[in-house]
Amino acid sequence: MMTDMFTIIRKEFKELIFQRGRFRGGLVGVLIFVFAFGILMPLQMGRDWVETPINLLFFAWLPYLLVSGVVADTIAGERERHTLETLLASRLSDRAILFGKIGSAVAYGWGLTLVNVLISVVTVNVAYPEEGLLLFPSETSLAIFIVSLLVALFGASLGVIISLRASTVRQAQQTMGILMFVVLVPVMLLPLLPQEWSLWFLEWAMNADLYTIIIAVVAALLILDASLLGYAMSRFKRARLIMD
Amino acid sequence: MSQYAIQTLNLSRDFKTVRAVDGLSLEILPGTVFGFLGPNGAGKTTTIRLLLGLLEPTGGSAVVLGFDTVKQGAEVRIRCGALLEHNGLYERLTAYDNLEFYANVWHMPPGDRQARIKELLIHFGLWERRKEIVVQWSRGMKQKLAVARALLHRPVLVFMDEPTAGLDPVAAVALREDLTALAQREGVTIFLTTHNLSEAEKLCQRIGVIRQGKLIAVGSPDELRQNNSKPKVEVAGSKFGQRVQDLLKERPEVVEVSAEKDHLIITLSKVTPVAPLIKMLVDAGVQVEEVHKGNVDLEHAFLTLLEEEEK
Repeated sequence: MMTDMFTIIRKEFKELIFQRGRFRGGLVGVLIFVFAFGILMPLQMGRDWVETPINLLFFAWLPYLLVSGVVADTIAGERERHTLETLLASRLSDRAILFGKIGSAVAYGWGLTLVNVLISVVTVNVAYPEEGLLLFPSETSLAIFIVSLLVALFGASLGVIISLRASTVRQAQQTMGILMFVVLVPVMLLPLLPQEWSLWFLEWAMNADLYTIIIAVVAALLILDASLLGYAMSRFKRARLIMD
Repeated sequence: MSQYAIQTLNLSRDFKTVRAVDGLSLEILPGTVFGFLGPNGAGKTTTIRLLLGLLEPTGGSAVVLGFDTVKQGAEVRIRCGALLEHNGLYERLTAYDNLEFYANVWHMPPGDRQARIKELLIHFGLWERRKEIVVQWSRGMKQKLAVARALLHRPVLVFMDEPTAGLDPVAAVALREDLTALAQREGVTIFLTTHNLSEAEKLCQRIGVIRQGKLIAVGSPDELRQNNSKPKVEVAGSKFGQRVQDLLKERPEVVEVSAEKDHLIITLSKVTPVAPLIKMLVDAGVQVEEVHKGNVDLEHAFLTLLEEEEK
């Protein structure tokens, strides 16, 4: 099954890279993304980029953003372009197809997030040489590594479930976007809170036991991921997909 | 193991209140080119999906290449190639990438994979354009590539839904020859659906006609023609007056007479000598220039079948 899974992942990556049939089309999208989140934002924040734990929220959001952009295309897109039935008529098992599609979305979202992390570290060190060597603390690095993977898996599993229900790629992407917005609402509301409340929250966040919070988040994500993946596996059946 | 490549027994499939396939019993020997004919919505695509194990039947059973399609659907699909209703090509990929992806799906060894892809692309005249993105191609070229993909892993049974749709006449003839050769040389069984009745007539050894999910006839093209249509005689000439037509209608072997400008078409109840009829026409003053004893085509047989079923 692993061979089949990697066959699907390779194909998905080729389709992703050659968006609109051109390598340049896919590459430009990635470069814009890297410029915005790997160069521009770290440049503006400087030392805070690596020292503020609130930035963990950003690295948790980033893989979801990336995955939501591609996962809908891998399933709803195949159905929309009438390629799914031929794939289902092949020797590939349901699981190989499903895990291949989830794997490609996770690899893209998680991989690009990690690339951004590395580029951002290089950026702040190049831009602020007077600050000495600027690196994420080890527990933050580990948290970014694990949380971004789990968020990418969350986004991919959720994307599969939404794509199976959506009638078009656009509809699936819109639903993913709405869900992302719902998650972001509390963060967006933060500046609107009374000043003393905001200060209290920021102080709490700065002084909280980061390690405990990370473990709680990782545990919650693990449960969420397992549940969503299990549900996606139960929904992703040949006969059901053909009927859809 | 079953001696048949495909064997179904009372195969049925319901979609809520609609019965898409209704008690289909079919036996197809290996190496046969089998044509499945029927109007739109007759149940052809659903039948292919059932035979490939993509859908589960609501009744009856199907054994394909010796495997039960419900319990051993994966075994069936491993041995089959399919060109379905849509060509199923990844249009953002190149022609070569499309075939390479499916070669990997079928676990073809690397050396064989490349040689086979090259062989098929050259055969279908697509080798020079293998690096082009498929989205830019014409419908006919895409159809050729989809056929190449279906044959890539040398399946022993190929399902093809309208394989010559979109092909120019030359390419359609070439594909028909390819499919015939595949069946004759390599014993590949081909199950195809088509609306092109002359294509079915030329290509298929056996034909099944389906209507509203029910198999209403099955046999060789000759058998279908003989059993389901009446012979015709076409007379070219002049002076086909009403009196002549009435005279013809009085004869017991004549079923129907119709006159069109300089043509008279006489439908007979059975194959019978036409010389007495022509003599009668000449005696009645008709100027006969040409007589054509019509071979009944499959299209007419097909339409007759559908009409009779409707009655």
